Amino acid sequence: MRPAEFNLARYSVRLDSETDFAGWRDATRRLALNEVRPEDISWHVVSNSEQGQTDLPTVPAGTQLVVPRDFIARAETAFCHSDPGRFALLYRMLWRLRTEPKLLSIASDPDTRRLEAMEKAVRRDSHKMHAFVRFRKIGDGDEERYVAWFEPDHFIVERNADFFVRRFTGMRWTILTPHASADWDGKRLAIGPGAAKADAPPQDDTEALWRTYFENIFNPARLKVKAMQKEMPKKYWRNLPEASLIPDLIAGADKAAKEMIARMPTTPAPHHAKVQAKHWPKREPTQTPEDDDASSISGLREAAKGCRRCPLWRDATQTVFGEGPDKAKVIFVGEQPGDQEDLAGKPFVGPAGKVFDSILDDAGVDRQKVYVTNAVKHFKFEPRGKRRIHSKPNAGEVQACRWWIDREFALIKPELAVALGATAALSLLGKAIPVTKMRGQVIEREDGLRVFITIHPSFILRIHEPAEKEAERDRFLADMRQVKRLMAA
Amino acid sequence: MSALPVREKLAILSDAAKYDASCASSGSAKKDSLTSGGIGSTEGMGICHSYAPDGRCISLLKILLTNFCIYDCSYCINRSSSNVRRARFSIDEVVTLTMDFYRRNYIEGLFLSSGVIRSPDETMGEMVEVARRLRLEEKFSGYIHLKTIPESSAELVEKAGLYADRLSINVELPTDEGVKRLAPEKKPETIRLSMAKLRQKMEEKAEPTLRTKKRERFAPGGQSTQMIVGADKTSDDGILHTSARLYGSYHLRRVYYSAFSPIPDSSSSLPLQKPPLMREHRLYQADWLMRFYGFSQPEILAGSSDGMLDLTIDPKLAWALRNRGRFPVDINRADREALLRVPGLGTKVVAKILETRRHRRMRLEDVGRICQSIAKLRPFIIAEGWSPGALTDKLGLRGKIVQPCEQLALF
Repeated sequence: MRPAEFNLARYSVRLDSETDFAGWRDATRRLALNEVRPEDISWHVVSNSEQGQTDLPTVPAGTQLVVPRDFIARAETAFCHSDPGRFALLYRMLWRLRTEPKLLSIASDPDTRRLEAMEKAVRRDSHKMHAFVRFRKIGDGDEERYVAWFEPDHFIVERNADFFVRRFTGMRWTILTPHASADWDGKRLAIGPGAAKADAPPQDDTEALWRTYFENIFNPARLKVKAMQKEMPKKYWRNLPEASLIPDLIAGADKAAKEMIARMPTTPAPHHAKVQAKHWPKREPTQTPEDDDASSISGLREAAKGCRRCPLWRDATQTVFGEGPDKAKVIFVGEQPGDQEDLAGKPFVGPAGKVFDSILDDAGVDRQKVYVTNAVKHFKFEPRGKRRIHSKPNAGEVQACRWWIDREFALIKPELAVALGATAALSLLGKAIPVTKMRGQVIEREDGLRVFITIHPSFILRIHEPAEKEAERDRFLADMRQVKRLMAA
Repeated sequence: MSALPVREKLAILSDAAKYDASCASSGSAKKDSLTSGGIGSTEGMGICHSYAPDGRCISLLKILLTNFCIYDCSYCINRSSSNVRRARFSIDEVVTLTMDFYRRNYIEGLFLSSGVIRSPDETMGEMVEVARRLRLEEKFSGYIHLKTIPESSAELVEKAGLYADRLSINVELPTDEGVKRLAPEKKPETIRLSMAKLRQKMEEKAEPTLRTKKRERFAPGGQSTQMIVGADKTSDDGILHTSARLYGSYHLRRVYYSAFSPIPDSSSSLPLQKPPLMREHRLYQADWLMRFYGFSQPEILAGSSDGMLDLTIDPKLAWALRNRGRFPVDINRADREALLRVPGLGTKVVAKILETRRHRRMRLEDVGRICQSIAKLRPFIIAEGWSPGALTDKLGLRGKIVQPCEQLALF
């Protein structure tokens, strides 16, 4: 018969304390390397007085215990759990890992699940400690110290002391718990023995302020007691100064909410009329850009800010109007603003705009002397997570925005228009034309305006193959040189 | 007025702040007080130091600098026509309160908002001064969230970003029409522009500078916003559309939904009823689907008749019931995207499934061991030894999964 069935373990390991991970590690190394089976070990924590290690086997020469890297870190966390079975569980897992190296990745294995549950409990307890420790101040000036009493579920004081050091470096503090205490004098951290609640100060003057805050930040119309208790279980309440208010707040919530609602609206406060007169002397009339017959580009730009001619304004940030001298000889018309243009409120400032600028520069066209605008003045897009995917304006939107394009042309009276891409061509010519086929051509409109056809510079951006990209850039550069010649003519 | 004791001011100015839903103190850059010898740390994950009986966490000292306000937004307790008691903190008082609370570990930091007095710049200037003093004079490394006033100057916003972990600007309501109607002096255009400028600033500062290769600190916790739900008639689909636009356009970290809550001395233009808390909860769930589960906004409510989220079941289950053709999903073969669409499987469980199945084929019981409950799951998955058969397409499936549960009773 096997000894385990009588619960007669062959080895009894005595650990110095509940958090003696080093002791567990040492014992584990000796036992595992001597092929001692998990069921042949019993684990105990002993107080200092009865210390005395049972004889454990020595590590056989030339052997080494190999453990997956993350097991030790995870074991160290689970080790803080208060479950007395943790020492045996961790040894068993280590034992199994020798033949099942993927054990920790198998989330459905009972041992892995138990380990995970322990880690989770320790992490949650640590998190609650970070949250629910309440310091009370004693002394003033050089004597000023902050002392807290806390009752964690697990053995986590040592593990969390550094957190409080990082957070309260410039403060002298002590955290007392039944199992251990941590003390920071501003320079050194000391871990000491456990304490009693009576060792901590009973109260602090600031608690009254804190309770005032707690009472008033609560909205009685939104009572959700379960949600509160899920995150702040009652076991923590006895050490939270604000918790004693909770029962009365809950009991009075319904009445308070009803009172809020029942209180009839009163006539406006006396100062209201004065405030209104001073700060809002006259409400702005709702803009109706149609009536606004602007006689200059800046007036037109102003009027376009409130454009509601198509629904695109709803999702865009702002109207992106044309830019350039109002006596420009040539107007470049793009498709629509993109992500960056929408934010900046200026045309051609994004990636395509940069390409455009550099090619204009190479062609010797001074951007300061030309007028640049878009066929559609609001950014049309589909949101995808944190990105906005450009979406092509439809014929109706192009048509709606011609109202602005026509006025820009009427005021500037350029000699030449450059249609950058199909949407611009559609806007300028009123019909769809095959841009790649007609590229480089000049079409004369009925009103005599010459329209030069080319691609949109964003086309170059979309080419990935470097040689092809370079070739396309050259073609566009040739187009811009032709534009320059046409301007001079 | 200035004769009010601090405790009374605190009562008035925390009461005035309780209708703001934002509370998080997470997602900022890590910092602590070891080098400065001061007080405070942020370690990435926020800490909730207490919970109010309304179930909301208390992480920050959330107060108003003042509840005097020149605006008259009808949903707001602090509007200029309201007869609420008014108070105003001094800069000193806010700094002292924050430090006193922080030293006792009551809070993670400060969330400072304010009614607008005299001018937006003056109010914003005082808020920035509070943050500056906390950072530079008190050597405070805890969390600071400032509610930016959209009309304030660019220089002040830049300073605010220097000291604060997070900046936020409230869009107030899901539609521009709603803002125009209920907050007549606020301009939706200005709010958008302010958010756009914040995003630009954050991106600009995130670029390493040429000289130092180091990034400048500017609101490392990003920007967030809040909108009020239920004060106007916008549908959930409309609300989620606005959120998707805000996430995409301004890279917000969070959009907070705040169920419109009755306020004392309320304006007669608003519904007087208990706040639609379940609706708010479902909106947050739908928001998660967009941010962490790969759902696009339009598909969350595609196929629903009224554009409203189902109050009795969560939005993912509702979506799955409307899209049964995409199920069952094979636990042992499906890709991450498909697994994330299964009702009852969260991001963490999906990660565990992907890891575990590399080593062994998973049975229904195996899945059951790593997630909370398989009741919701069974009709939607295939596992080793388990196939739902006709269950997936069963007409009464919804009734089988949904425990009879009621919406929180209106009183």
